[in-house]
Order: sequence, then structure tokens, then C-alpha cells
Amino acid sequence: MARGMVIIGAGECGGRAALALRDLGYDGPVTLVGDEPHLPYERPPLSKETMASDTPEIKAIASDAILAEKSIRHIHSVQAVAIDRAPHMVRLSDGSALPYDKLLLATGSTPRKLPMPGLGSRCVYLRTFADALAIRAHLSPGNRIAIVGGGFIGLELAAAARKLGASVTVIEAQPRILMRGVPAEIAEIIHAAHVAEGVDILCGNGIASIVDDGQQVRVTLAGGREISADLAVIGIGAVPVTGLAAEAGLTIDNGIAVDAELRSSDPDIFAAGDCCSFPLAVYGGRRVRLEAWRNAQEQGALAARNMLGAGEAHAAVPWFWSDQYGLSLQIAGLSDEGRSVVRRDLGDGAFILFHLDEDGRLVAASGIGPGNAVARDIRLAEMLIGKRAKPAPEALGSQAIKLKSLLAA
Amino acid sequence: MSDWVEACAAGDIDEEDVMRFDHGGRTFAIYRSPDDDYFATDGLCTHEKVHLADGLVMDDIIECPKHNGRFNYKTGDARGAPVCVNLRTYPVKVDAGKVLIQIG
Repeated sequence: MARGMVIIGAGECGGRAALALRDLGYDGPVTLVGDEPHLPYERPPLSKETMASDTPEIKAIASDAILAEKSIRHIHSVQAVAIDRAPHMVRLSDGSALPYDKLLLATGSTPRKLPMPGLGSRCVYLRTFADALAIRAHLSPGNRIAIVGGGFIGLELAAAARKLGASVTVIEAQPRILMRGVPAEIAEIIHAAHVAEGVDILCGNGIASIVDDGQQVRVTLAGGREISADLAVIGIGAVPVTGLAAEAGLTIDNGIAVDAELRSSDPDIFAAGDCCSFPLAVYGGRRVRLEAWRNAQEQGALAARNMLGAGEAHAAVPWFWSDQYGLSLQIAGLSDEGRSVVRRDLGDGAFILFHLDEDGRLVAASGIGPGNAVARDIRLAEMLIGKRAKPAPEALGSQAIKLKSLLAA
Repeated sequence: MSDWVEACAAGDIDEEDVMRFDHGGRTFAIYRSPDDDYFATDGLCTHEKVHLADGLVMDDIIECPKHNGRFNYKTGDARGAPVCVNLRTYPVKVDAGKVLIQIG
């Protein structure tokens, strides 16, 4: 009898992997282990809709009924504490143990901790639904929110906090917001949108000290300026959750190191989503780790196929989005692969920057605009990137030439 | 009985493309296939109520502009994560250069 498939981590990636195993016809035991009390749920709304809603609810990836119908056993509120690789067993924090044929580590990432003394109960991070509810309780008119880190989570939270009437200060150590992965031209537009909505953004400011007395937080910047807030939310990136894998002796390299088929250094253990680093085929096998919803989803499904022996290599192009106020940003590919930029205006202030490498190959596209104005062209750009196309810069820059026509070329 | 409603002129939509059509407080998506046939579905994705008309049409698939949920716009069938609920479709006919949809 099959020992079955065990998935550690019941987020987007793990949840999708479990569903995919069944969709692929696997009929042995499938067990999904998560340390949160909830059904597998989508995290992107936590910094957006969850904040805006009067009655926040999790957006479940699968209901209890679906899990039951598909015979997926979901063990919640429990942590995996050790992997015994030789006997193929995972030991859990409730004292039980699960045998596996193949194991998937979808342990995700966790907020990077601000390495400073003085942080207390008014200094928080956002990762889980519980975190989101705790933050949301502070977002009311008159309350002062300090956000440490001008990345996506911090900025989306800033937008949500302004909508709820809180006053917001964003503190960013780098010279501008969104330094990682977003071109300056686009970051400027997002910056201006926040300023127009009343957010105070302080860039190029390191933090000298934080004092949190449990009632309020006082942040002192390196330049001497002091910011007092009722709550400080720290959003300075995320680190992969690799403790379990490292303890088990798996190779770690900016995450659990996997091959193109998402297999770790143990052939019966796979890793997928935020927790793993993998070779990205579209850039010649450059090893990357992505913290993105769609990647978690796609890799969860790919891991499921390969746990069943498909032998399929990862081939997707990285893609992510962010919504702030009425603006939506979408980026396909990794723009740091680019050496030159071509701009395409789409009207209504929307535009796309196409990033080309030294050979003229399209390697990334970054777009911003109202609503979903850039979505279609970013999707087409993603396909062009996947095909390793070298479209003529004049064609990319001209609104008169449809991107779809370049795909056929 | 439900009536046929004029949505647009046949030439308003490019081949292998989609257009939004709002009527009676509802929103629809009207498609023109690569074979030059016309189709209609509900206008919002069943995942997070995003307007599908901002999405990309490839062959007989419409892809949501937000989260890449895919549907066959001819049948309404959901084609994989994150969408799991099918789209409602509506009868369409072209008459004298006008695209008409039957709104039930």
C-alpha cells in the first residue's frame, strides 16, 4: 500500500499541490500539514481587501467540503518538527508521525525581522490572516501608523490605512521606494500617488532606535527625526523557511535548493514556492527564489506532477502584481536582466517599460496604470519573454503595432 | 422570454479579442473568435470579480487580467487554478452587422 504524499505548508503552494495531485488522478493518501488554524487561503488579499472589508474573511483555496470530496487530509495548527529521511517519516509537533513516499516542502517565507532592540507589542509584521486582523484593528481615523520598509507589503498597507483614515508614515532606508525589482520611473508614480493621498514617505532614512512602551512606538531616524506612532508595521522583506530542511541535511542556498524539477538534494523530497531557490530556465539557469503568489501556485502544481514522475522542468516566467489606490502594477520577468529600456504608452497614463538585454532579447516588462490597463500587454510580453524573443524596439514602442502580432513572428 | 439586446457593431471587436458590454446594471464580455464567430459571457471573473474584457483572448480562451484564471469563452468552462466556477454564457447572433446577445 502506498505510504502517500505529504505536503508541509498549507498555503497557496501546498494547497494547490494537494489539489493538483488529485486532479492528476493520484489515489493514495494525500496529507496537508499547516501550522495555522485555517483552511489553505490566499495571502495577497491580506494587505488589500482584508484591510478594506468591514467583515474580513479568509479567501480559502479549498473548502472543507472540497478537501473531503477529494480525500485530502488537512492537519491544521500543527508544525512539522523533523524529517526522518531514511524511514521516510515526518514527525509533527503533536507527537504523531506521517509516512511518505514523496514529501513536498511548501513552508513559505516569514517576515524578515528588524534586528534592533526595543521592539514590543506595538511593532508587528504581516504574514498571516491573524496578523492582518491585528493590524486592521489599529487602522482608524486619528491613529498613526509607521511603516518600516517601502516595499509592496508596506505600500499596500499604507494605501489601505489611508482609506481607513489613519495617518501614515513610510520609512525607507534606501534612496527610493521599491528599489528591488521595480524601475525608478514606475516607483516615482507610486510614490506620487501615496503623497497625493497624504502618506508621508521618508526615503534614505536608516533607523537609529525604536522605543516601544506598549502604548506607542517612537522611531528615531539616523538623521535625528522622531516619529511617534500607535503602531509600527515592519515590512522589510521575507526570508525562506528552511529550518526543517536544513535540520534534515538538505542543501540550502538562499532557500531550499531544488533542481529544475523542484527536487531537493533528496530525490524523494521536493520544495516549491517562497521557500525554495531554483534554476530559472528563461535566464540560462540563474538560481532565483521568488516570493510571489503565482509562482507559489505554479510551482505547487509542477511539484505535484513531478512527485508523480512527470519529469517536467520549470519553464514559467516570473510575474507579480500590486494594487495601490486605483493603480495596478504588473511585472513579468526580472528587470535586472535588462540593459536597455523601451517605453510604450497605452493611454490614460498607463505605460509599459520593456527591458532588453545586450543581445536585444526581451527579458522583462514592467507596467503601471489605472485598473487593469497594462494586464493584456504584460501577459503578451510574458509570452514573448518565455519565447526568448528579440522584438524590434520600434515595434515595442509603437502603440500602432499590436504586441500580439510580434508573438507570431 | 428574454429579448435580444444589441451589444455592438460586429466591427467594433477585433478578431481574437474581447469587449465589455454593460446593460441593465449587468456587465458582459463579448468575444470575437479567430474564426470570426461571436460569443458572450458574464463580464466578471468568477474568482475575484475582475472585468474579463481587460484580459487576453488566445484561441478560445479568455484569461483574467488579474490572476490569470482561464475560461473557454465558448462554453464558459473554467480551465484551472485559481478559477473553479464556470462562467455563464449567453446566446449571440450577428444581424445586419450588429452583435446581439440574448440576456436571460
